Amino acid sequence: MPTPLHIVVCGGIVPDPLQTLEPAAPNAAFPAQPSLKNEMMLPAVLDPWAAHALFEAAHLSAQVPGSKVWLVSLGPKAKLQQVMMTIAQKAPFELVAIDGPASGFTDAFAAAAALAATIEQIPGLDRGRLLLFGGWESASRGAGSTLQMVGERLGITEQFQGVDRIAARAEGAGFEIMERIEGGRHQVSLLSSPPAVLGWATGYLPEPRNNPQVGMANMRTIMPALQRAKAAAMNGAGPSFASVRLPAVERQTRIVKDMPPEEIAREIVAWMGEE
Amino acid sequence: MSDADFARPAMDVDVACVGFGPAAAGFLTVLSRALANTSGAAKALESRAAPGLPLQVVCYERADGIAFGVSGVVTRAHGIRATLPDLTADQIPMAAAVAEEKLVYLLDPIGVSHRSRTLRLADGILRGLKLARDSACELPYIPPFLEKDGGMVLSLGQFLEHIGGELMGAGAVQIWPGMPVSEPLIEDGRVAGVRLADMDVRAALTVVADGPVGAVGRRLDLEFGRPPGHAHREWALGMKMVVELAPEKALRPGTVIHTFGYPEPEIFGFLYALPGNLAAVGIFVPSWFRNPMRTAYRYLQHYMLHPHLWRYLQGGKLRSWGAKSLAESGRRAEPFLCGHGYARIGEGSGSTNPLAGSGVDEAWTTGAQLAEAVLELLLEGRPLTKENLEASYVALRRKSWVEQGARIAERARDGFHGGVIRGMAGMALAGMTNGRLWLKGEPHPLADLHEYYRGRIPAEELDRIVADCRARGVPCHDTLMDRCGWPAIPYDGQLLVSHQDALLMGGKVQAPAGFADHVRFRDPELCRSCAAKTCIEMCSGQALSPGEDGVPAFDREKCVYCGACLWNCTGNLEFAAGAGGLHSNEN
Repeated sequence: MPTPLHIVVCGGIVPDPLQTLEPAAPNAAFPAQPSLKNEMMLPAVLDPWAAHALFEAAHLSAQVPGSKVWLVSLGPKAKLQQVMMTIAQKAPFELVAIDGPASGFTDAFAAAAALAATIEQIPGLDRGRLLLFGGWESASRGAGSTLQMVGERLGITEQFQGVDRIAARAEGAGFEIMERIEGGRHQVSLLSSPPAVLGWATGYLPEPRNNPQVGMANMRTIMPALQRAKAAAMNGAGPSFASVRLPAVERQTRIVKDMPPEEIAREIVAWMGEE
Repeated sequence: MSDADFARPAMDVDVACVGFGPAAAGFLTVLSRALANTSGAAKALESRAAPGLPLQVVCYERADGIAFGVSGVVTRAHGIRATLPDLTADQIPMAAAVAEEKLVYLLDPIGVSHRSRTLRLADGILRGLKLARDSACELPYIPPFLEKDGGMVLSLGQFLEHIGGELMGAGAVQIWPGMPVSEPLIEDGRVAGVRLADMDVRAALTVVADGPVGAVGRRLDLEFGRPPGHAHREWALGMKMVVELAPEKALRPGTVIHTFGYPEPEIFGFLYALPGNLAAVGIFVPSWFRNPMRTAYRYLQHYMLHPHLWRYLQGGKLRSWGAKSLAESGRRAEPFLCGHGYARIGEGSGSTNPLAGSGVDEAWTTGAQLAEAVLELLLEGRPLTKENLEASYVALRRKSWVEQGARIAERARDGFHGGVIRGMAGMALAGMTNGRLWLKGEPHPLADLHEYYRGRIPAEELDRIVADCRARGVPCHDTLMDRCGWPAIPYDGQLLVSHQDALLMGGKVQAPAGFADHVRFRDPELCRSCAAKTCIEMCSGQALSPGEDGVPAFDREKCVYCGACLWNCTGNLEFAAGAGGLHSNEN
C-alpha cells in the first residue's frame, strides 16, 4: 500500500484567454505595475495548465487512498470566489487562498515567495509526502519559472517540467513520471519518493464533468478559506515596465469543420508564403 | 438498458433553484439574508434534508458563469431597491443612474424598409416640415408608462455577478454554474426535485426560474397545462452589442434612447450610455414581424448604421454581443405559479411587463416575493404545499405593483397584429387608460415567402435564390435583403463585423464536451416540407444551417442559447437543457 500523498497544486487564475486582453499602464487602481484593462469585469478561469495539474492531482489522489489535495491560489479574492464556483465541482480539494493580483504582470519571484510562504504554513502538511503540482506555463505569462522557484524555496530538489503523466508503481515503489522533451518525445523518470515538483503540460485526462456533490463538499472549506485569505505583499522590487501595448492582430477568421489535418497544414503554409 | 434500470445517484437538499437570472437573484438575496440572521429562528430554518445544518439551498445555472445574462437593461429598479435600499449605480460596474431619456422615431434613410403607405406618407410629411434631423424625429413627450426616470442603466451580467458575489460571500446559499437541469422530477402530480445530467437532486421546494425557454418550465407547462386562456402569443428576439465608443463620441452615462421605426417599422431599438465610454445598443425583432426570413444580426447592423445612431457609434469597437428570447406575452402567458413542491418566478412565470418594456425589476420582485413567502411558511412551521404557497406567494404577488402593471399591459400589444400604427396606438391607449382600453388583434401565422416579397422579387427569382442558398448551406436572408436594396455592410473589423466574427469577438461560445445536441428535430418530413425554415434565418449564432437532407443542421458550438428557434418552429423542434451558450460578463 503506497503512503498517502499530500498534493499541493499551485493554480492561479487568468482572465479567460478567449477574451481580448488589453494591457493598461499603471493607474490609480494599480499603481505598482501595469494591469489588464477591465480585468475585474472579464470572466476569469483557473489557469488552463494549472487546471490540468489539479485534475491529475485528483486522479492520483483517488488512486492512493488517504491522500489529500490542496489548491493554493493567488488572485483577487472576488475573482477567486467566482472561479471556485465552477472549479469546485470538478475535483475534491481544500482551497488555500491568497489575495493578490493575477494579471500576468506580477513578478514571478514575488509570486513564488508568497506561494512558498503560504504552503509552509498549511496545517498538517507533511513535507515528506509532498508532491507540488502546478502548470509548467501560464496563460497569463509563459515564463514557466514560478513553480520551479516555489520548489526551490521549499527545498525540493526533484523537479520535473512538462509532465504529461504520473503513475504510482506497484508495492509503493515510487512513481513513474513522463516529461516532454525535444522532438515531440517523452522522457520517463523514476521518482523513488516525495517530495517532488511536477510542472504539468496538458496530461491525458479530460476535464472532469461537473459534480454537484463534489462542489457542495468543497464549498464547506472554500468560503472560510476565502474569508481567511491574506493579502500578498507584491509591491517589492521587481521588473519595471517601460510601456505596455497590445500586439497588432490581424484577424483572418474562417470556421471550417472536419477538414483533414494535411489540408489545414497546406493552407497554413500557403498563407505563410503570402506574408 | 432503460432509464429505470439506470441507478442514478441522488442527493437531498431543501430548496433547489433552477437558473440564476434576476428572479433567482432576488429570491436568493432575500432568503440568504434571513438565513444569515437566524437568531431566534434557527430551529425553524434548519435543514430537513441535512438535520443539524441550516437550510440547504442550491441554485443550478446552465451557463458556465453566473454573469452570462444578456439584456440591455434600463430599469426603474423599484423592486431591486426595495430589497437593497442602499444599492446605488456606482456599486456595480457598467451601471449608471438614468440621466436623460429620449424617444425617437427613426425614418428610413435608404428607402428600402417594408413600410406601409401610411408610414411612408408620415415620413414624407416629417421631412417636408423639416421635423426630421439625421432621418430621425425626437418625440417631445415620453409616455409615463415608458419612462425610466430615477432608474438605472446596467449590464445584466455585471449586476448578476455583483449579486452572485454577495450571495456566495455570505455563504448561506450555493450557486453552481455549468450545471444544466434537464427536467423536473415529477412524482404523483408533485415536483420532487430536479434531474441534472448525471444525478437527481431531491428537494422539498423546486424554484423554477429558468426563463422563457427553460427546459424545466416548459416541461411543467406540458405536465400541468396553463390556466384557461393563457398562452404564449407574442415573442421577441433581443440582440445587442456593448460598444466602446470613440473618445470624441462620448455620451453622458445614463443617457437612454428608445427608438422605433427602423430598420423595419416593427423593430424597436435602444441605445443606453454606460460609464467608461461604453454603450449598449440593440434591437427587438418581434413575432408579429411577419417576414419569414427575419434575421436579427443583419438588421442590428443596419440599425447601428442609421445616421441618428451612427453619429455616436462611428469609430466604436465591439466589446460584447449577445441575444436572448423575450416572453412578450407577459401575464397572458402566466403558468400556474405554484404547485405541490414547486413555485415559478421571473420571466418564465409571465412577470415581464411588455407595455413598460421592463422585465428585470419585475423578475427580481417575484423572486423576492417567493422568498418572503417561503420564509413566512417555514417560520410558522407550515409545509410548502400548493395551498400554502398560493395563500402566501401568489397572494403577495397578486396585490403587488408587478401584478398591477401586468394587468394594465395585458392587452397593450394586441394591436400590433393589425399593423405597426395600430399597435402603437393600442399601446398608447392601454397605457393612458390603465389598461381599460386597447386595440384588438390576433396573432397571424408568418407571411408566406412569396406574399412577403410580392412586388419586390419576382416569384421565380425568389425560388431560385432560396434554392441556391439552401444548396450552398447558408441562410437566405442576406441574399434577399441585398436583392431588396439593403446596402452591403461596410465591414470595419471593429464594430461592423461578420456574424461569425461577432461570435468570436463578442464573448465566448461554450459547448462543453459530453453533452448531446440540445436542439433536435422530431419529424424530418415536417422539416423537409417547411418552405420558410425561419429557425435557420433567425438563429442568432448561425448554429442552424440548411442541411443536406432538407433538415436543418445544428452546430452546438455556435449556439448562444437564445431560444429563437423554439418559437420560430411550429412545434417540430426540441430545445433541451444544455450546458454552454454565450459567455460575456459585459452583456
